[in-house]
Amino acid sequence: MALAYDLSPAPDLDAFVTRKAGARPRLELLVKGARCAACLGKIERETQALPGVSSARLNLTTGKLSVEFASTADAGAVISTLERLGYPASPYDPGLAAEAADREGRRLILCLAVAAFGAMNTMMFSVPLWAGLFGQELGPATRTVMQWWCALVATPCVLFAGRPFFESAWRSVRVRRANMDVPISIGVLLTLAISFSETLLHGRDTYFDAAVSLLFLLLIGRWMDHQLKARARSAAADLLALQAPVAIVLDGRGLEHRRPIADVRVDDVLIVRPGDRIPVDGRVIAGFAELDASLLTGETRPISMRQGDVCRAGALNLSGALQLRAIARSEDSAVAAIARLVEAGAQSKSKYVQLSEKAAQIYVPVVHSAAALTFLGGWALGLGVRESLLRAVAVLIITCPCALGLAVPAVQVSASSRLFRRGVLVKSGAALERLAEVDHVVFDKTGVLTEGRPQLVDAEAGIVAQAAPLARASSHPLAKAIAEAAGPGPLAEDVVEHPGLGVEGVIGGRRARLGRAGFLGVANAQARETELWFGFEGDIKVRLAFSDRLREDAAKAVADLKAMGLTVEVLSGDAPRAVAMAADAAGIVQRRAGLTPMEKADAIAALQSEGHKVLMVGDGLNDTAALARAHAAMAPGSALDASQNAADLVFSGARLGAVVEAIDIARQARRRALENFGFAAAYNLVAAPAAMLGLVNPFLAALAMSGSSLAVTLNALRLRRAA
Amino acid sequence: MNIFMMLAPMSVLLGLIGVGAFWWTVSHGQYEDPAGDAARILLDDDEHPSRD
Repeated sequence: MALAYDLSPAPDLDAFVTRKAGARPRLELLVKGARCAACLGKIERETQALPGVSSARLNLTTGKLSVEFASTADAGAVISTLERLGYPASPYDPGLAAEAADREGRRLILCLAVAAFGAMNTMMFSVPLWAGLFGQELGPATRTVMQWWCALVATPCVLFAGRPFFESAWRSVRVRRANMDVPISIGVLLTLAISFSETLLHGRDTYFDAAVSLLFLLLIGRWMDHQLKARARSAAADLLALQAPVAIVLDGRGLEHRRPIADVRVDDVLIVRPGDRIPVDGRVIAGFAELDASLLTGETRPISMRQGDVCRAGALNLSGALQLRAIARSEDSAVAAIARLVEAGAQSKSKYVQLSEKAAQIYVPVVHSAAALTFLGGWALGLGVRESLLRAVAVLIITCPCALGLAVPAVQVSASSRLFRRGVLVKSGAALERLAEVDHVVFDKTGVLTEGRPQLVDAEAGIVAQAAPLARASSHPLAKAIAEAAGPGPLAEDVVEHPGLGVEGVIGGRRARLGRAGFLGVANAQARETELWFGFEGDIKVRLAFSDRLREDAAKAVADLKAMGLTVEVLSGDAPRAVAMAADAAGIVQRRAGLTPMEKADAIAALQSEGHKVLMVGDGLNDTAALARAHAAMAPGSALDASQNAADLVFSGARLGAVVEAIDIARQARRRALENFGFAAAYNLVAAPAAMLGLVNPFLAALAMSGSSLAVTLNALRLRRAA
Repeated sequence: MNIFMMLAPMSVLLGLIGVGAFWWTVSHGQYEDPAGDAARILLDDDEHPSRD
């Protein structure tokens, strides 16, 4: 029966070691809990001391440890060393996507550096030109020399640093659409061309400095946007890696191999130990165990599994070791059907139009018609082609879309970094905007309102202390809850674990049992809640009840949400009684129990068709479809990877208050962004007519442009500071 | 004017050196682990064998 326990675990993690031709084998690990210099030193020293390891370097910012092996790679030894030091580690695949994102980031940084260099140096040569504008002595010959120096520096810088904009504009023009990069590219290139012709014609007004500084400011916005996306992407990838889906496969000779779940084939024999999740759908061929399928269905009561039963992927094995024969591959497991629902939801979400896009749709035609009108108007009024064109360019420059290109990313970066410090991970800027619009919050019960793990209720301290020595010897989650409640203490002797039934051992010379009612000979037919029985041989048997405790601040969080004007509801797959208890305790009136994953998603869809904007907070696989369907979605860090992927935000820690904070900050961010748009509109209302009337010279253009950018950025940064 | 004709290229050259230096630091991954770099100077072991 205890088939898996006699086999020594032979971890076969070599699948995660990357071997490239001409390079040493490498292993990338995600290390949890490393925070300080001491951790860093300890981890690197101990890992390097292992035989076969040639170097180990920990990135403290991302928590990634990169290990290089001299010849033979022993990934298992590295991981067990880290675990011994107290830092759980899991292998992850660095992947191609991350590398590509990194290249894009480096390119932006290089463009930014070139633009900064160009802006500074062109500005330096522009200072005499500006002085000339204000009546200082500047002969035409000197002016032309200065202008040529500006051209010499600015032209290559604009052509190089502007490439991200030019390329994106070209891509969108080819499919006959206009994004923000089209007016930016046209504006910059036109400015450059006009400034050149003015230099050749010995004119007074050139805008080389404006062209480069415009690119510089916009590149800052572009880079911030990229950083936000890259961080969210890498965090999402890390979440996937953390689950490090490994299955234990038994080969023909009875040896265990750890394999990535994707490599499990139908008819493979798998071993699932207590505390592990079922990796793929499978039929039990040996063993007996209770499964917790709450992440799949929301139901907290364990399900018994014996030979011939089919276990679904994602369920947690609570008690005995199981031998399964895989009946589906990972992609084909019951999980995959839900994944398709998630995809459908994600597609409907991608249609969401962000604030900055909406603004751009208004901005682009208005500015371009203004510039065109200026040119045509000036021409009609007899200003001549050259002067009319100069004024049109001045309009394009002075109405630079910095408020759009810089202000929104700045707001989003400061909002998400503030949330990040509070343990909330934001996956995209659009997610923040959607969260700000939410008016109805739907909670899942198990694992969201509650802590998602059983805890001892109403137990007498004396009985707990009596049962504790047995409980400490068991790995069953319920026994662990008893051991936790009792604190440290002695272990029972001669402990025998009967998988699926309970544990038996000797405490203080007396034989005792802890386990299911039947195991102790108690005729208890209805086991309504999660329970264990304990008793000494021949003595009375005592019942220990467990329940899933409400998160500590659940009631306060719900009250706060209501105070913010949101309506709150519980949708759960669990039994009505359990849902009612949790909802009452949290102060939520609207509740529905016993829902299937489909019904949950439909309930959300119904709410949204009534005009509500719904925030779904859920952790289980049964919630993923609802998470994907909802206007905005949050998942706790303890959720399944599928749920975390479907969610827009992931919060870590035991506090539900994170949901309140996230909504609050998202609303503030929206307010800041709208303020910035308002500011930009007001500024343009003054500046654009001034440029049309020819009141703007290159100096004023430079001043107005940087001034307005600075103002919107500082306004965005207020978000970071606020308590 | 002559001094200007000397100073202008020199200032541009200095700027270019700055851009080059910045690019070197980026391409050598100097901004990839700010927290780790801040912590590393506190470590005592002088001969640190790992080097990328």
